[in-house]
Amino acid sequence: MRSPLRHLTRRGLLTGTLGSATLLATAGTLAGCGTKGAQQTEAGCKSDDLSATEKKLAFSNWPQYMDVDEKDESKRPTLDAFIAKSGIQVTYTEDVNDNNEFFGKVQNQLAGCQTTGRDIMVLTDWMAARMIRLGWIQKLDKAKLPNVEANLLPSLRGRSFDKDNQLAIPWQSGLAGLAYNAKVAKEIRTVDELLTRPDLKGKVTALSEMRDTMGLLLQSNGHDPANFTPAQFDDALNKLKKAVDSKQIRKFTGNDYAPDLAKGDIAACVGWSGDVIQLGFEDEKIKFVVPESGVMLWSDNMLVPNKAGHKANAEELINYYYDPAVAAKLAAYVNYICPVTGAQAEMEKIAPDLAANPLIFPDDAMLSKSKVFMALDEKQEKEYETKFQQVIGA
Amino acid sequence: MSALAHVPTPAGQPAAPPGVRRGRRRLLPYLLLLPGAAWLLVFFVLPLLQLAAASLYDPSGSLSTGYAMTGEVGNYWVALQAYWPQFARSFAYSAIALVLALLMGYPLAYAIAQKAGRWKNLLLVAVVAPMFTSFLVRTLAWKTILSDNGALVGLLRDVHLLGADGRLLATPFAVVLGLTYNFLPFLVLPLYASLERLDPRLLEAASDLYASPLRAFRRVTLPLSMPGLIAGTLLFFIPATGDYINAELLGTPNEYMIGNVIDSAFLVRLDYPQGAALSFLLMAAILAIVFVYLRRSGTEEVL
Repeated sequence: MRSPLRHLTRRGLLTGTLGSATLLATAGTLAGCGTKGAQQTEAGCKSDDLSATEKKLAFSNWPQYMDVDEKDESKRPTLDAFIAKSGIQVTYTEDVNDNNEFFGKVQNQLAGCQTTGRDIMVLTDWMAARMIRLGWIQKLDKAKLPNVEANLLPSLRGRSFDKDNQLAIPWQSGLAGLAYNAKVAKEIRTVDELLTRPDLKGKVTALSEMRDTMGLLLQSNGHDPANFTPAQFDDALNKLKKAVDSKQIRKFTGNDYAPDLAKGDIAACVGWSGDVIQLGFEDEKIKFVVPESGVMLWSDNMLVPNKAGHKANAEELINYYYDPAVAAKLAAYVNYICPVTGAQAEMEKIAPDLAANPLIFPDDAMLSKSKVFMALDEKQEKEYETKFQQVIGA
Repeated sequence: MSALAHVPTPAGQPAAPPGVRRGRRRLLPYLLLLPGAAWLLVFFVLPLLQLAAASLYDPSGSLSTGYAMTGEVGNYWVALQAYWPQFARSFAYSAIALVLALLMGYPLAYAIAQKAGRWKNLLLVAVVAPMFTSFLVRTLAWKTILSDNGALVGLLRDVHLLGADGRLLATPFAVVLGLTYNFLPFLVLPLYASLERLDPRLLEAASDLYASPLRAFRRVTLPLSMPGLIAGTLLFFIPATGDYINAELLGTPNEYMIGNVIDSAFLVRLDYPQGAALSFLLMAAILAIVFVYLRRSGTEEVL
């Protein structure tokens, strides 16, 4: 009996498929005339605000960046209070794990002036700067943000990518500096020690976030990360390369240095203040160091993307979190630098020991040592990032 | 088409005229293929074409201005020149891992298939069980096992297999170990399926004919397990070469493989033409190796 599949041979099918694929490919390649630019303008990509009729808000944030109830982790006291007060139903999603990954997630929609389904997303300075440069972020109405106007920390005002403080409002800030585990290493005070001290060889990590690692190195060379020349960048990068080549630096990490530092696999590293404070609560041998040459100040910022349908609701939430009492409650949980002046006084009422911690409420001496990395244009960003990636191995 | 006459007509359906039936029968296999083919077209062929086009974009383009299609074949050459060490490393690591996995996996599959008796199912579950947890979690577990201050490194230092400052984590050893461990089941399962069908009487016959155990293995067991061996090595080698998680978590920048470079080209450096060109180079290299391998091993099964 002849099988009905008889005339469908593997070879025949393959030939047919390959043939049509080649045809498609040729057509595709000939027709494929590149991609359109992702640049948007305020006039070209208008967003409608439905806040008046829809009491809703979609908020994308990093994990562990919102206070939760000690007894019930599913409750978020400050956010629940906002929902009760404003009547705005907030969909809170912890779906930002990495700036680059998140960019990959939303870039096609934003490049095509489509909605991402998010009204607020929280991203780090340089990513915020990139999105602002691409025209993907909506301008906020300052009249609706009186708390921000009054309480935004002075050193976070007028940043190069947001001169008028109406595009990117800091959610939390932090420092990138040095950290060490006193169980396995002696005290460390400078970036040069980290990169050259023989007892640390192979037990050092640095951050794969270019601006934090390179900012510290630029400062250790006596240069200003907020305003440097390509030659100064190359100098700093050479210094880093020497440490990689000599195997002083073991690897470049994101947040994942924290458990290794706690275990002692890493003796010292470039790290973030918030992580190190939290490790320090569990083990006082783990310490954060502000290097003598200076420290990097960064922020994660609340951004309202194009086509977000609830801008006014978003403004209401942003304004709410700049109320010092609310900010203090949040800061008591997340332990990063609180960008709200006046929160320190409120913190004294709820947790006096945290109010005195300069890594949550930096004093003037520390703020004077901190710098924000220069805003880069697209060409510089690609050039510096490529050079940096070559040194860190990819 | 006399054979058709013997095919029983399904009850309740009027018999169609022979011409129509033949047409339908002709179409049937293609209709059955349709869902799978449509899936492949939308989620594989079209993205692949898009990637092919992207690899030929003008490299001076950018995200904000867009990329012009200039048929820039030079992208491939530039990418290869810049990243050939990571390419070489990828193939070297996965080849070493493959050899290690074969040394462990073949005896294991053989033992499960032929010697395990009533423990067979339990052992099979033991091979598959780690797959119930995530790939990432398993790799992170190795970080703990190989930790500088862990028991294993302590022991190796005590018996002087490692120097006082020696370490396992963040070395090529750890990356190859991770690759071997993570992809081992992909090698063992097809091998097991082949070896399970091996009739032990053939081996008895071989020894009756005075074949030494080694010779019996070479002339009987090995050839009969070839389909499983080939499928297993391919299932191991292809994902292992493109892997970047093991190098990322267990290695250092000096161990980065080509997967890490492609990841950074797309997500960090935003150099889409180069990322696309690197992806195609990797695909081409793997295809070439697979093709030569299949020809060499004398199978017509695939093409």
